[in-house]
Amino acid sequence: MNDSTYKRIEQNPRFQELVAKRDRFAWSLSFLMLGLYVAFILLIAFEPQVLGARISDDSPITWGLPIGVGLIVAAFALTGIYVRRANGEFDEMNKEILKEAQQ
Amino acid sequence: MIGRVFSALGLLALAPTLWAAGAIEGEVQRQPLNVSAIIMFVLFVAATLGITYWAAKRSKSASDFYSAGGRITGFQNGLAIAGDYMSAASFLGISALVFTSGYDGLIYSIGFLVGWPIILFLMAERLRNLGRYTFADVASYRLGQTQIRTLSASGTLVVVAFYLIAQMVGAGKLIELLFGLNYHVAVVLVGVLMVLYVLFGGMLATTWVQIIKAVLLLSGASFMALMVLKHVNFDFATLFSEAIKVHPKGEAIMSPGGLVKDPISAISLGLALMFGTAGLPHILMRFFTVGDAKEARKSVFFATGFIGYFYILTFIIGFGAILLVSTNPAFKDSTGALLGGTNMAAVHLADAVGGSLFLGFISAVAFATILAVVAGLTLSGASAVSHDLYASVIKKGKANERDELRVSKVTTLILGVLAIVLGIAFEKQNIAFMVGLAFSIAASCNFPVLILSMYWKRLTTRGAMLGGWLGLITAVALMVLGPTIWVQILGHEKPIYPYEYPALFSMIVAFVGIWFFSITDRSAAANEEQNKFYSQFVRSQTGLGASGAVAH
Repeated sequence: MNDSTYKRIEQNPRFQELVAKRDRFAWSLSFLMLGLYVAFILLIAFEPQVLGARISDDSPITWGLPIGVGLIVAAFALTGIYVRRANGEFDEMNKEILKEAQQ
Repeated sequence: MIGRVFSALGLLALAPTLWAAGAIEGEVQRQPLNVSAIIMFVLFVAATLGITYWAAKRSKSASDFYSAGGRITGFQNGLAIAGDYMSAASFLGISALVFTSGYDGLIYSIGFLVGWPIILFLMAERLRNLGRYTFADVASYRLGQTQIRTLSASGTLVVVAFYLIAQMVGAGKLIELLFGLNYHVAVVLVGVLMVLYVLFGGMLATTWVQIIKAVLLLSGASFMALMVLKHVNFDFATLFSEAIKVHPKGEAIMSPGGLVKDPISAISLGLALMFGTAGLPHILMRFFTVGDAKEARKSVFFATGFIGYFYILTFIIGFGAILLVSTNPAFKDSTGALLGGTNMAAVHLADAVGGSLFLGFISAVAFATILAVVAGLTLSGASAVSHDLYASVIKKGKANERDELRVSKVTTLILGVLAIVLGIAFEKQNIAFMVGLAFSIAASCNFPVLILSMYWKRLTTRGAMLGGWLGLITAVALMVLGPTIWVQILGHEKPIYPYEYPALFSMIVAFVGIWFFSITDRSAAANEEQNKFYSQFVRSQTGLGASGAVAH
C-alpha cells in the first residue's frame, strides 16, 4: 500500500470523524466497564453487608447474587453493543472511506 | 478503610492457584486406575488425531501453519479463545472455591472476565489490522525489526516456558489423581500429543482441538448444573437454603468473605492478571486466525459470552457440590476431608449426578483441556522462534517459506522435549507461582511495548527496546529476589523483595523506561519512525493493507 493513499485517507475529514466517533465510543464503554467493576470492588470493601443482605425475608438469595451475575451479563452485553455498532455503522463508514481512497 | 479495599483486592491474591493447572499442590493420592475415564480419553485422542490428519492435508503454507490461513470464523475463534481461558484449573479451582467459600468464588470469576471487554474496545481490531502471525508483527510495525522482534520473541519464550512448566506439572498431578496413571507416563503422554498436534496440524489442528475441548467442557458443565438444578426442582431458593443448612459457614456463604493478604502483592497480581492477558502470546495469536477486524471483534464477543456462561455454571456446580458431595460420606476420608482435596469437588459431583461413566467423561475433559492449552503455547513459542527470530532477525526477512516452516517444526520438537524434561525436573516443586510469573512478565514486557506501539506516536525503537528489556529483567529479578525463589527454593532467610508478585513495580519500570528513552531519542531513525506513525494509524483504523484470509 503506498504512502500517498495513507496520507490521503488521513486527511479525509470522514476518516477523522470515524476515528473520533469510534474512539469516543470505545473509551466510554471501557470506562463504563471499569467503573462498574471498581464500584463492585468498593462495595465489597466498604459495604459488604449490602451484598450480603437478603432480597426479601423469606428468600435465601442475597443482593450479591443478582449484582454479581449482572456484572457478568453486563460484560457480555457491552461487548455485544460495541460489536453491533463497530461491525455495522463504523464498518460502513470505513468501507466508504476506503472506496473514496481507491479512486 | 483503605485496608478493606486492599482486603477486597486481596481476593485476587489466591488466584494463581486457580490459574495453574497445578491447582493440585504437593503430594497427591494416586487413585485406582479409572477405566471408563481412560476409554473416554482414548476416544478424545483418536478424534483429535483424526482432525490433525485432516488439518495436515490442508496445511501447506506458512500462513496455514501460523494462523490457519485466516479462515477461522469469529464464532469458532470465540470458542477457541474461551477454551484457552477455561483451563482445567479454573474449572476445578473456581468450583472448589465456591464449594469452600460460596460467594467469593463469584468475585474471582468476575475479576477474570472484566479484562475481555477492555481488550475488545481498545486492542482487538488494531491487532488484527496490523498483525500477521505474531504480536511482534504489530509491535515492530514501524520500529527496528531486529531489536523489537528479538525483544518480543524473548518475552514470548520466557512466558511460554513458565506457563508450559506449570501446565506440565499440573497435568502430571491431575492425571495421577484422576486416572491413576504414573506421573512420568502422564507428562510424556502430554508432551508427545501436543507435539503431534502442532507439528502436523499447525494452527488449524490446534484451534480445532481447543474448540472441541471447549464444547465438551461447556456441555459437561451444563449437564452438571442442570442435574443440580433438577435436584432442587429448578428452584434457586431451595438450592441456596439447603446449602446454607449443610455448609459449616452457614449464612456466610451468601456474602463476600474477604481473604486478607498483603495489599501490594494483591494489587500487583491484579494488574498482572488484567494486563497480562493482553500480553499473552498464545492468546494474542488467536486474533490473526480470523479473516478481518469484523471477525476479530465477533471472536471477543462470543468468547466473553462463553466464559461468562462457564463462570455462572461453575458457581451452580460449586453449590451443587455443597449439597450433594459434602453430605455424602462416600466422597470423604476418615477425617471427614474430601478425597483428593477440595479441588476434587466438581469431579466428585460428576460422580454424584452422572455415575462412573460421567465421572470418566469429566476426567477425560479435564485432561483434554490441558492438552489443548499446551498445544497453543507450543505453537506460539515455535512461531516466535521461526517467524520472529529466524526469518526476521537472522535472515533479515529474506528467508524462504520452506526453511521458515522447517525451523518452526524443529522448534516444536525441541519445545516438546524441553517441556517433558522440565515437567519431570519440576515434579516436586511448588509451581503455582509460575503462572503468576508468566502473567507478570507478559504484563511488564509484551503488553507495554504492544499497547504503546499502537497508541503512542512518539514511541521509538530505542525506547521500546530499553523499556521492554528493563520491564522483563525487573520482573524476573524481583521474582528471583522474592519470597518464593529466594527463601523457599534458594534457602535464604529473608527475601530481598518482600512481595509475592512483581507486576506493580516492573510495569512502572517498563512504562517509565519506554517513555524516557523515547522522548530523549533525537536520532534521525527516531524521527523517521515517528513519521511512519500516520500510515500505521490509518492501517490500524481502516484495515487497508492488512493481511487477509488466504483463498485456496
